[in-house]
Amino acid sequence: MTQKNRVNGGLIDRSSRVNFQFDGKTYQGHNGDTLASALLANDVRLMGRSFKYHRPRGVMTAGSEEPNALMKLRTGARQEPNSRATVTELFDGLEARSQNRFPSLKFDFMGINDRFSNFLTAGFYYKTFMWPRAFWEKLYEPVIRKAAGLGSISFEDDPDSYDKGFLHCDLLVIGSGPAGLMAALTAGRAGARVILAEEDFITGGRLNTETYAVAGMSGSDWARSVMAELESLESVRILTRTTVVGAFDHGIYGAVERVSDHMLAPESGKPRQILWRIYSKRAVLAAGATERPIAFENNDRPGVMMAGAVRAYVNRWAVTPHQQVAVFTNNDDGHRTAADLIAEGVDVTGVIDVRPDAPSLAGIEVFAGARVVNSKGLLGLKSVQIRLANGEIRDLTCGALGVSGGWNPNVHLTCHQRGRPVWNDAIAAFVPGGEMPAGLTVAGAANGHLSTAQALQTGAEAAVSALTGLGVSAAAPDLPEAEDAPNSLTPFWYVKEGKGRAWIDPQNDVTVKDIKLAHQENFRSVEHLKRYTTLGMATDQGKTSNMGGLAVMAELTGKSIPETGTTIFRPPYTPVAMGALAGRSIGKNFHPTRETPSHKWAVEQGAEFVEVGNWLRAQWFPQPGETHWRQSVDREVLQTRKSVGICDVTTLGKIDVQGADAAEFLNKIYANGFAKLPVGKVRYGLMLREDGIAYDDGTAARLAEDHFVVTTTTANAVLVYRNMEFARQCLWPDLDVQLISTTEAWAQYAVAGPKSRKLLQKLVDPEFDLSNDAFPFMACGEITVCGGVRARLFRISFSGELAYEVAVPTRYGDAMIRALMEAGEEFDAVPYGTEALGVMRIEKGHAAGNELNGTTTALNLGLGRMVSKKKDCIGNVLSEREGLNATDALRLVGLRPVDSKEVIPAGAHLMNADGSVSAKTDLGYVTSAAYSPILGCSIALAFLKGGGDRMGDVLRVINPLEGQEVRAEVVSAHFVDPEGERLRA
Amino acid sequence: MRYSGIRVIKEALSGHKGWGPLWRDPEPKPHYDFVIIGGGGHGLATAYYLAREFGESRIAVLERGWIGGGNVGRNTTIIRSNYLLDGNEPFYEFSLKLWERLEQDFNYNAMVSQRGILNLVHTDAQRDAARRRGNAMILNGSDAELLDTEGVRKLYPFLNFDNARFPIKGGLLHRRGGTVRHDAVAWGYARGADQRGVDIIQNCEATGFKVEDGKCLGVETTRGFIGAGKVGVSVAGSSSRVMALAGMRLPMESHVLQAFVSEGLKPVLPGVITYGAGHFYCSQSDKGGLVFGGDIDGYNSYAQRGNLPVIEDVAEGGVSLIPALGRVRLLRAWGGIMDMSMDGSPIIDNTHIEGLSFNGGWCYGGFKATPAAGWCFAHLLKTGQPHETATAYRFDRFRRGYMIDEKGQGAQPNLH
Amino acid sequence: MIINHPLLGPRDAQEFTYLGDASLIHRPDWQGEDASGQFHDYLYLRDNLAGQHRELWFHEVGDRSWLVVTRNTLTHEITNVELARDVARREGRGK
Repeated sequence: MTQKNRVNGGLIDRSSRVNFQFDGKTYQGHNGDTLASALLANDVRLMGRSFKYHRPRGVMTAGSEEPNALMKLRTGARQEPNSRATVTELFDGLEARSQNRFPSLKFDFMGINDRFSNFLTAGFYYKTFMWPRAFWEKLYEPVIRKAAGLGSISFEDDPDSYDKGFLHCDLLVIGSGPAGLMAALTAGRAGARVILAEEDFITGGRLNTETYAVAGMSGSDWARSVMAELESLESVRILTRTTVVGAFDHGIYGAVERVSDHMLAPESGKPRQILWRIYSKRAVLAAGATERPIAFENNDRPGVMMAGAVRAYVNRWAVTPHQQVAVFTNNDDGHRTAADLIAEGVDVTGVIDVRPDAPSLAGIEVFAGARVVNSKGLLGLKSVQIRLANGEIRDLTCGALGVSGGWNPNVHLTCHQRGRPVWNDAIAAFVPGGEMPAGLTVAGAANGHLSTAQALQTGAEAAVSALTGLGVSAAAPDLPEAEDAPNSLTPFWYVKEGKGRAWIDPQNDVTVKDIKLAHQENFRSVEHLKRYTTLGMATDQGKTSNMGGLAVMAELTGKSIPETGTTIFRPPYTPVAMGALAGRSIGKNFHPTRETPSHKWAVEQGAEFVEVGNWLRAQWFPQPGETHWRQSVDREVLQTRKSVGICDVTTLGKIDVQGADAAEFLNKIYANGFAKLPVGKVRYGLMLREDGIAYDDGTAARLAEDHFVVTTTTANAVLVYRNMEFARQCLWPDLDVQLISTTEAWAQYAVAGPKSRKLLQKLVDPEFDLSNDAFPFMACGEITVCGGVRARLFRISFSGELAYEVAVPTRYGDAMIRALMEAGEEFDAVPYGTEALGVMRIEKGHAAGNELNGTTTALNLGLGRMVSKKKDCIGNVLSEREGLNATDALRLVGLRPVDSKEVIPAGAHLMNADGSVSAKTDLGYVTSAAYSPILGCSIALAFLKGGGDRMGDVLRVINPLEGQEVRAEVVSAHFVDPEGERLRA
Repeated sequence: MRYSGIRVIKEALSGHKGWGPLWRDPEPKPHYDFVIIGGGGHGLATAYYLAREFGESRIAVLERGWIGGGNVGRNTTIIRSNYLLDGNEPFYEFSLKLWERLEQDFNYNAMVSQRGILNLVHTDAQRDAARRRGNAMILNGSDAELLDTEGVRKLYPFLNFDNARFPIKGGLLHRRGGTVRHDAVAWGYARGADQRGVDIIQNCEATGFKVEDGKCLGVETTRGFIGAGKVGVSVAGSSSRVMALAGMRLPMESHVLQAFVSEGLKPVLPGVITYGAGHFYCSQSDKGGLVFGGDIDGYNSYAQRGNLPVIEDVAEGGVSLIPALGRVRLLRAWGGIMDMSMDGSPIIDNTHIEGLSFNGGWCYGGFKATPAAGWCFAHLLKTGQPHETATAYRFDRFRRGYMIDEKGQGAQPNLH
Repeated sequence: MIINHPLLGPRDAQEFTYLGDASLIHRPDWQGEDASGQFHDYLYLRDNLAGQHRELWFHEVGDRSWLVVTRNTLTHEITNVELARDVARREGRGK
């Protein structure tokens, strides 16, 4: 018989028929079911295995606090381990599998652990597995790791997409139970912008699971009527299937909307989930409360559940967890479960109430002053053993036991900013207190107001007070009539009887005995207790277990619970898929891609591209027949040095500096002087950090008395600009100088090689004289090209050749590269990429990122004399510290292999030719290396201790990492044209 | 009591009645030869080595809250000796060697697991830097291997090789690096120290120093004055606050670093992996949770919690590197307070006040340093001189220009 | 976090880049007495307060203003935001 545990009523669509599988077997349920309710309807109680002892486990709750019913959902790349059956909406075709068992849920080899539980107590592993030493990684740990963990991942790429969004509101209402609905209604009617977030797929919270009336109708009907009004209000946005997972600074909340998890796969174009960042002016937490268990021996069997959950299954999902149910409680609320079960005709075999003065209940035997002391049933509860008030022992048949130890307010979000809850004796639970997130108030059961009437009232009040704080006047709606019964409760945490184990944390298998052992070994603070026993560390984060553990520890230490400690919670409220947190910024879209204006042209040329920060730059341009990148690069270098080459250098940072004090300002920014730079000239400049370390180099071109153009390295474009603004606004706020980054505004090309002038003369408009006299090395000017296009021309050279950089507004960048190449045809001009650029700058001995590595000084770079001592500039004073001026300081040198066939690797270290190889005799390291096609051998730049005095010495260049060693001669870093004749030609 | 497998069996058969407290909770005495402020990993290790290696016994460790409740209790459990600079690598290699024999030494299984650490490289420049670092490691007696893309693929076939914004070009593998059960380190040191007579005094906050004629005579605490021959401060994120009691300003800022753990999973990651193109590193605990982290939030904070943007940033890096993580759920986020120093390297040094020494500035790398920091700090307290592997960790290095700046970021703590 | 920019109103902190203590405005005189010591203290030493903290933020993806933000490092509450340039002038960095 299918769905034998279905009863009448409920909020399910009985006309629908939903097929799903659990462990390969097909079952039926209805729309409105969760996976857990549908399994219970089909009389499936065994749903999982515990973490350590692999004990059989069934569903315990009806919400996101579920510790036991964890399953793998879906198959293939969409496999999701550890999914809680209690919050998994049933859909047709759902496949669920149990986990952490082998070979089957009913028969699990690892169940053997349970037999050895006496050896596997809390922290046993800290005391053994230490000998022999090597066995830990080789033997013990692999066995432990294989046994540990819960579900498994598919290892396949997640096929679904996730979105992120930003929402703004006056009032965020978290939870749509009676308190949340009233808060939203109050604020919505006042015209405030409201977001109502509900984790469940229907709104109403406990109103859907209780039978008592609100305003003369059923709770769920009343909730629906309020929802109808809220939906009609334009200023109210309702988000169901949305869990507010974290409370962050300044009213920002993180929320995850499960858009497609109730489907087999997301609809086309839809994300699986959305991470909302909700910016709220005020928030009301109305997240309700979580029922807590009472521990007793063997209280972990499938069928032992929370009483409130049993009630929820009966009333909302029309399912009884079994045909025979008993209730174990310390409070009146448990009696409601029994009453609701009876109303649906379920056989309630007894209510065990620890209170000697327990109220009676029509039609059921109430065992006042009794307690459950043990249970039976290997794979599912068969009976409980109870000790009556008179001391007599009795067995009570039941396939399910609803347990109620009282309710804990869901204070979680109030703790996310380290607020500590405070103890409330009346309900024997922690309620929100201490420093709460600014703007957050708490209403309803989450604040310890456990009756429906109180929830409705405090929800309305919270909204009124929040809106008053925003200067919006709001009136509390008339409160509907609702139950307001006090929940009489006698704190009772665990049954002190029996020698067996009583579970506090069922998922992580933490028992009362473990807590006693922790106490015995002095792990008495809550933090120690948790860490030692793993209490509350499982996927449920102790929502049902932390309080119990604390209570046991309090009793052992003889202190009150609040004296023993509080339990606070970290975000997220419930576990969040990494995909939702990552959103679209993954894979190729991990970072934005920046393309230069010549990108399209370079693609057409078949260029290979390389990532330079977020930029994509052409690395080299392979020609037909070239099979190795070196062939392309060598050709580009040789042809540039022989004739002319063109390289896109747009990615260099460009900063426009204008104002009467521009020169004075640059004098402070650069280590070398700029005050006297004539208009029409460029100067190489070195920037220091305030600690005297060189951090960027580039050029500054003076286009007018009050106008400079500064270039930076590609990597530091943003940083240099930021630092310059800091200097301008914070250090010298009265200088007349303005800055703007123009990196994206100009496309810039290096035109290098002996034919570069001739090439440019074809494009530069004829009124501009490019002759060596009129436009010498380090000249600059504003010109026009190609018949009137505005441009800037700089005669600077990174390659060491006669060279220019020409800049045009970005929109002409593509046209300019095409014009340059076309004009260059007669010279066999080549485009060259970053590799050839790198080769030529190494040949020329120019420092780049590998040399400007954030630890080197001007002295190290051989630029010591550039640091002016006659003016104030950033880094000047601290650059004089002794540690930065040692006589044997690192110096930039060149290296050439003694055997020209050998290759010097960048990252190798330098040792004297004789003597030992050790860290102590380390003389420095190779920063950059390349094959020089001009010299026909490998060359390198290196930092060498006292390098200036070692020209001609032969060193060992060692690379033990790759088992390599080369002998190399120390030479000048200027391998090509050391006198600089070519670039001045 | 000595721990062993046989002992576990005996106790199991006799109701576990024989296990005693790992440490006592003694009342503070009026005077100790050595008072260590800070009952974290470093403070406890310092006391342990003072007792074990230097033969001292009149030692107290003062802890404001509960021992092991600071950064040793909230980190990502990684140990490694893969530093670049001369001032650092010998120290971290010393520390790794101490880890390798720690459990037998203090008779507590801290699950030191040398699972290997792989730093991925994504650019030629990163490979050059990895080569330089790997060679420095080898020269200092550590281990390193340079892998190419295929070498990485062999170890971690499920990384994003084919659809990556920043393709994996290889990695620097440090096989002796790994993870340790972090809490157990604090407990093991506490137990070992306690067994050697050290008084571990919890719930005892230092509120001032008694200094006369330039000499520190003891510590004012919430449990009264405690006299001391020598005082060592080892309080991580609270360094500036505590040393301000002695009138000192430190070269450091306190920043929040978040870390994360996923739900428990069957084995995914065999070792530790760090992404070279984003802020993400990850390992898997023996319980099955993926333990991961990224960058600090970036602003001064003592709040022990962070904000959403960094969580998202870490997740972006994680899913970009391991696309299968998309469906793995993040279970818990937490924040610790890092004593971020001005060059990213620590200080183990005496102060201008005689008898008052300081250990701090560990940034987010203090956990792996625990054994050596304890040893070296004990050495300093006992002898007055820095240990041979910690000679660079001086206060005056900034004044003299001997910064130890692994990242080359200069005097900006949030960039280290 | 949200920073209430004095010119632009509330802005997400993600638009900003953090530098550190606002005392970095007070760069010492390079020719002053013990300039090296002064610069050492300026660049390297911090009060690192647990509580009210004046600090510099740069509106990097905004209007490029440097701001002095007064923020509590224990609670992250922001109580004051000013243009750093105004602060610098007021505190004597002007001509």
